[in-house]
Amino acid sequence: MSFLPYAVAAWLFGIGIYGVATSRNLIHLVVCLTVVQSGTYVLLLAIGYVGAGKAPIFADIPSNSTVVDPVVQTLTLTDVVVEATVVALLLALAMQAHKRFGTLNPDDLGAMRS
Amino acid sequence: MALVVWGFTGLPDFGHYKGDYGRLLAKVAVPERKATDVVVSTTFDYRGFDTLGEEMILFTAVLGLVVLLRELRGEQEEEEEADDNKEGEAGREHRTSDALRIFGLGLVGPTVLLGVYIVTHGTLTPGGGFQGGVILATALLIVYLAGRYAAMRKVSPIPLLEAGEASGATAFALFGLGGLIIAGVYMKNFIDPGTKGSLLSGGFIPLLNIAVGLEVAGAFSLAFQEFLDQTILLRSPGGGE
Repeated sequence: MSFLPYAVAAWLFGIGIYGVATSRNLIHLVVCLTVVQSGTYVLLLAIGYVGAGKAPIFADIPSNSTVVDPVVQTLTLTDVVVEATVVALLLALAMQAHKRFGTLNPDDLGAMRS
Repeated sequence: MALVVWGFTGLPDFGHYKGDYGRLLAKVAVPERKATDVVVSTTFDYRGFDTLGEEMILFTAVLGLVVLLRELRGEQEEEEEADDNKEGEAGREHRTSDALRIFGLGLVGPTVLLGVYIVTHGTLTPGGGFQGGVILATALLIVYLAGRYAAMRKVSPIPLLEAGEASGATAFALFGLGGLIIAGVYMKNFIDPGTKGSLLSGGFIPLLNIAVGLEVAGAFSLAFQEFLDQTILLRSPGGGE
């Protein structure tokens, strides 16, 4: 079952993209985007996993024990921060859109602008 | 779809990752920096420059959020002054029971303590500035949930939050500059790493953690407040449900 984590990542990515493409509400769309990004977390952490490795924190394990890759964990932290900021900004934009057009449906937004 | 499958076939087998960089870091980080949490020493030291960029992303995103919502506020405050009873209604809506208020205010202290603990112990155990900063920001949300919106505004004036965010970001950049001046390389760890396992181990990593914690707490509190401003104070007659 060594491919399972990758399958989960791919599934999260796919289902998230599907949600973004078919969304009829801007808030829902932003949440779907977070699902897509969750796929990237799973992918990153799955790549960095080393068989029987522990977390790379040597507070209470011997310093020569096998650990998982710390670099991908750092990248995942960056990923989480970026996602949080992107979501905050997109929600602000959604509020602005609701204020201007009185709707959160992306289709109606397009119709009103033209 | 085929592209995705093709891409996935190129990945290493699960559990058999052979990244030299990561293995090297796992081996040298503890002897070199005396910080037991390798993830944090990677984030703040070996990849410190990337984290500086990451911090700037957070900073500018919150800045953009404030600018976006502030324009909205200007528009709506005029409308609000037109009918005064709207605010009275909002005030009544957010009055909470005594039990909830006492429970919530009792939670604020432990939450702040936990946040500070996570920030300061980032070099030793899982945690760090980003995680602890978010916990600190949630303390503000507890004040809002337990008490009234006005109380939350009182304990956290927006200028203070902005100052906290900006000084955290500036401190991070200045620590990088300190590395340039003292050790000759930007973002180089220029403080003696100390002994493994002590609170002040890792050179400037704990200080960077505090800077980041300050910035993240300020940024997220600011974001929460801006969104709450929109929904509570400025409930517009047309858009409000």
